[in-house]
Amino acid sequence: MSQNMSVSIAGVVLKNPVMVASGTFGSGIEYSRFLDLNRLGAVVTKGVAITPWEGNATPRICETPSGMLNAIGLQNPGVETFVERDLSFLEQFDTKVIVNVCGHSLEEYLDCVRRLADEKRADLLEINISCPNVREGGIAFGTDPKGVEQITKEIKKIAVQPVIMKLSPNVTDIAQIAEAAEAGGADALSMINTLTGMKIDVRRRTFALANRTGGLSGPAIHPIAVRMVWQCAQRVKIPIIGMGGIASAEDALEMLMAGASAVSVGTASFHDQTTAVRVIDGISAYLEENGIGDVRELTGCVK
Amino acid sequence: MAQIYRESAEVLGREQIAEGIFSLWLQTEQIAAECTPGQFVSVYCADASRLLPRPISVCEADPEKGKLRLVFRVAGKGTEEFSRLKNGERVQLVGPLGNGFPLEKLAGRKVLLAGGGIGIPPMLQLAKALSRGEKQAAELTAAAGFRDSLFLTEDFAPYCRLLLATEDGSAGTRGTVLDAMREGGAAPDVICACGPAPMLRALKQYTAEKGIACWLSLEEKMACGVGACLSCVCRSAEVDGHSRVKNKRVCTEGPVFAAEEVEL
Repeated sequence: MSQNMSVSIAGVVLKNPVMVASGTFGSGIEYSRFLDLNRLGAVVTKGVAITPWEGNATPRICETPSGMLNAIGLQNPGVETFVERDLSFLEQFDTKVIVNVCGHSLEEYLDCVRRLADEKRADLLEINISCPNVREGGIAFGTDPKGVEQITKEIKKIAVQPVIMKLSPNVTDIAQIAEAAEAGGADALSMINTLTGMKIDVRRRTFALANRTGGLSGPAIHPIAVRMVWQCAQRVKIPIIGMGGIASAEDALEMLMAGASAVSVGTASFHDQTTAVRVIDGISAYLEENGIGDVRELTGCVK
Repeated sequence: MAQIYRESAEVLGREQIAEGIFSLWLQTEQIAAECTPGQFVSVYCADASRLLPRPISVCEADPEKGKLRLVFRVAGKGTEEFSRLKNGERVQLVGPLGNGFPLEKLAGRKVLLAGGGIGIPPMLQLAKALSRGEKQAAELTAAAGFRDSLFLTEDFAPYCRLLLATEDGSAGTRGTVLDAMREGGAAPDVICACGPAPMLRALKQYTAEKGIACWLSLEEKMACGVGACLSCVCRSAEVDGHSRVKNKRVCTEGPVFAAEEVEL
């Protein structure tokens, strides 16, 4: 039986609904030795800013039960190096590229978006207004509905590519933030970014991370992410890219059924570099076994 | 890019060699044949609730037979899982990873290998490589610093002179590897070191003062182990070509760095 795995996000057609989450996959250079990037629906690149960022002090990560905390602090080489090295590397692959953009201020976000305007390899932009690990920028823009609507509007005014706003779960009502992004003109939503957490090293009697707090990711947060995707899917019409702890096809299917149009595999790639491909094959097998001809039928099928 | 392999390796032998220190011999397909001294492997837990790999340096490799030896300290639940592996069981590895010690720059020199605690195991593979063949050192000494109980000391015997230091003075020199070097009259023209940060800092300062070359193997918490996640960076003296900031990835540019390249 013929099967359709492709989905469309803001008019950009992905060959399947599975991508890799920003910050867990670099730009795919390192992972290309473990899996065929051509198999992926999209590669979402690590957050990039208009200038290079040093990131936080180490230790930047620690493991937690079925998860991890990270406080990398958005270290990145700046958009010029990113365009020259990373985007050109991605030229050779038949997959979509979603460029994650970060900034310390509205102007920095806009400068980076403007710099990417002519880059044909950047199919979509994902705006990171939800990083919990940088003091200025990141989450500061993502926790207030008015602020979210405003930054979305400003970015939409100048962006050439469709704009995905990446939402933070560290808010009282994430659906309100989703509505604000939609009102600002966002073409799609990515959710969720990490949950702010803390681990204490009892042997050293200090924080496990130099940054004291970090973002929790991994299977431990999956049920929270599914709940939030479901909540937002009831309130907005724009497509949602669901992420948070996806490690298997079953996890991805839950996310689709809750209302996501596509999914991202993040932290699970650290445990098994080939997770994203296993998820793709697993979704396809599920469609086959259940006589479903189109993956899009699953989106939001659980009301 | 150098080849990196994902392998399921069979456990050939497991032994506790000191309090909390374990030795594993593993059968690999490619990793043992291609790894060089100072490189490491990512070892994955069978229990997926512990999702990050543990980076463990290679202690010995038999390239002909494909056998790899890892010696590690039980520091948490992950390494505890590895310490309970039985012969015939399998463990997931990715490697060889990172850049090892620059053998071509060590050949023909008076080399001192300094290992502290669980930094001692990678020095054994390096001692073997420098004790014979075309990369042979002109003079080879190892200095090993222990908290108290000794391990691997007999393994070094065929390859080089071994100076010992213990914190409690129960064996060798009481104090650090630097104390053992001074007492043993070691006069190297290059030092290769792996161990705790205070030891590496002391050696960096010592070699800078003496004007001798020094290579340090660093350790940092890792998530991907292959250069993508930027968890395991160290401070670098100059702006790095990859990161474009004063940071280098321990897993990829390291774990072995020239002492003057990094800030400790």
